[in-house]
Amino acid sequence: MSEPTPTTEAEVRTELASMDPEHGVAYVRDVPVESLPPPAGETGALAWLRRNFFATPLDSALSIGVILLILWVVPPIIKFTLIDAVWTGTDREACLVTAARPEVGACWAFVDERLAYFVYGSYPIPERWRVDVFFAMLAIGVFWLLRLSAPRRDLGAFYFFVILPVASYILLKGFPAIGLPTVDTSLWGGILVTIVVATVGIVCSLPIGILLALGRRSRMPAVKLFSVIYIEFVRGVPLITVLFMASVMLPLFVPEAWSPDKLLRALVGIAMFASAYMAEVVRAGLQAIPKGQYEGAMAVGLGYWQMMRLIILPQALKITVPNIVNTYIGLFKDTTLVFIVGIFDLLKTIEAARIDPKWATPVTSTTGYVFAAIFYIIFCYGMSRYAKNIEARLARADRR
Amino acid sequence: MSVAQESIRDAGPPKVSPIRDPKVRAIAYQALLCLIVAFLVYAAARNAIVNLERAHIASGFGFWDVTAGFDISQTLIEYSAQASTYGTAFWVGLLNTLLVSVIGIVLATILGFLVGVARLSRNLLVVRIAAGYVEVIRNLPLLLQLLFWYNAVLKALPDLRSSYDIGGSIFLNNRGLFFPSPIFHSGGKLLVGALIVALVGSIAFRIWAHKRQERTGQQAPVLWVTLALFIGLPLLVLLSGELSVAFSYPEKGRFNIRGGVEVLPEFVALLLGLVAYTAAFISEVVRAGILAVSKGQTEAANALGLRQGPTLRLVVIPQAMRVIIPPLTSQYLNLTKNSSLAVAVGYPDLVQVFTGTVLNQTGQAVEVVAITMAVYLTISLVTSFAMNVFNSRMAIVER
Repeated sequence: MSEPTPTTEAEVRTELASMDPEHGVAYVRDVPVESLPPPAGETGALAWLRRNFFATPLDSALSIGVILLILWVVPPIIKFTLIDAVWTGTDREACLVTAARPEVGACWAFVDERLAYFVYGSYPIPERWRVDVFFAMLAIGVFWLLRLSAPRRDLGAFYFFVILPVASYILLKGFPAIGLPTVDTSLWGGILVTIVVATVGIVCSLPIGILLALGRRSRMPAVKLFSVIYIEFVRGVPLITVLFMASVMLPLFVPEAWSPDKLLRALVGIAMFASAYMAEVVRAGLQAIPKGQYEGAMAVGLGYWQMMRLIILPQALKITVPNIVNTYIGLFKDTTLVFIVGIFDLLKTIEAARIDPKWATPVTSTTGYVFAAIFYIIFCYGMSRYAKNIEARLARADRR
Repeated sequence: MSVAQESIRDAGPPKVSPIRDPKVRAIAYQALLCLIVAFLVYAAARNAIVNLERAHIASGFGFWDVTAGFDISQTLIEYSAQASTYGTAFWVGLLNTLLVSVIGIVLATILGFLVGVARLSRNLLVVRIAAGYVEVIRNLPLLLQLLFWYNAVLKALPDLRSSYDIGGSIFLNNRGLFFPSPIFHSGGKLLVGALIVALVGSIAFRIWAHKRQERTGQQAPVLWVTLALFIGLPLLVLLSGELSVAFSYPEKGRFNIRGGVEVLPEFVALLLGLVAYTAAFISEVVRAGILAVSKGQTEAANALGLRQGPTLRLVVIPQAMRVIIPPLTSQYLNLTKNSSLAVAVGYPDLVQVFTGTVLNQTGQAVEVVAITMAVYLTISLVTSFAMNVFNSRMAIVER
């Protein structure tokens, strides 16, 4: 069969015409059948609805249940936080049920009036600019580190992990010699303390965690043993007991003259706790690096620390970034626990403000908690979005 | 013999100064580390002794047998402020921790699996609402959730006088939930015995049915037999007339409610918070586990003619469990550890009773914190050990 097979409709027709009807094909349809229109139920908005929401009786029941659930939950929330909410007022009278206003929603006037307290705690009012400067410095550091396209991110890391802690300490605690009066940490509070505790945890846990992870994978038995004991011990107990240990046992373990202040004790507890979790995250990253990388580094004559600094850690940390950020989210949420050892973080200031007789109404507690919830959701959701983003970038890089 | 050959033979191991020898260095580093740790421990111990003496705080575990003198709002074992010791208070706290943890684990598992499966549903509404739940709950601190449940929801319930009254025997108010409790005058043991027989019998039947199915391919009605045992045997006890039960109904007085079973609002708040929070994490674990089973497995099962239900039950879930169980266990441990947040709402768990009240009364911080940590550490280590054993049995056997 050397003849080319006919391809176009016209060729088919000429071929058919040249055939002898007596011997060849008696009938070949020469007009293609019109394709049927899609079944009415399979396209359009209705079909989309049916496929996604009412595919089976069970699905329909579920959909209706969910719609009822949404109708039951969402309107009251909107009604409480927006429609019935009280926006202005000077004390509890504004948020009480009266004959003129039978239903009272969130008492935003309360949040508005106590906002400075929620942000700064009892930090002296004339010195609060220092807290603002601290927030600004922190924001610069965070953006410098997180924006992958930012210039000189190595300098950024130096700024974040070295300059920022020292500068913030001088700024917030005070340094009378340069005209910054000392502010006792017992006056710090609110979002300031939440951010300070979280930042200290973040800044300390990464280097200590890396050291512990390296220690756990070390070939020196003593180093390995101490690392394993530390990591497993801290991960095996609740954060509260670590904080209790830091706040009641730490003062016993140091000479009386050095007795650390309350905030510092809590910071030590948080840093200890976060480091152990970070160590496990970093260890997972180290384990994912193929052995050839270690062997290659050793073959070109790098020493242990050079090998880690130049070859292993850059790769291991890169793939662990999403997990590191997730650990930071956990840490950020866990900072609320310092409340239990008597530190005035955001949650504690809300607890203190909501039972203040000046504002005590049936809706004050809920309003305070909604405010705190918005704060935590913004931060944690932001961090988890960032982690997802990095994860997607890494996945793209892997696919090449 | 040439010069070159000679030099090769003589070379031997390279001569390195001991300072540069990795082995010597390793020993030196480790010795240094041990010295530092030993010094820290020694210094801490010495300081502690000095500081404790100055504060006139006793040391040792003598306080264990001293009368406690404080009340605990929920006790699973006999306890009274005047007659019981700190040791008993410890056990009360530990049992309360275990109680809330076990109930929490069961409920969180159920809710977590439901939400996890819901996120993989075909139904967009179900997917969205499950995702929304997970996002909101996971991004809020547990402590905030607990305070919300306790202070904003449960404490906002009506007070005693106007408590919700369901059928005159169940009361719900801001002091808790009260419902009738059965009192067995006689035959109680018989009932318990019947339930134990039903439990043992159904397990035995299940094992037998499984073996027979492997041998012959015949299936046995396991579910029906189990149901029959659990309903039938207690019914027999009831019909025999040996059983006489009375109910202790809660009665509303002017200032309190007497009789019946009381569920503390602290317990409910803690349970709600722990279950909602942990379920969100469990749902992610479940989702990841199910997604880890390759699609070919589902398609192969469908090709064999299995319907949706059996496909999930017999093919997907057993393989997913292998991926799910290790992170699931760590969620269980997290729930148990997080139950220590009870201290924030005043539920008398181990930390609230022991690290809170007992520590305040005795001042023996070192001993009390050490005991508390030892308890949690034991729970963690035992669980991880059991997990490792289980994991090695579940792992895929590869050639």
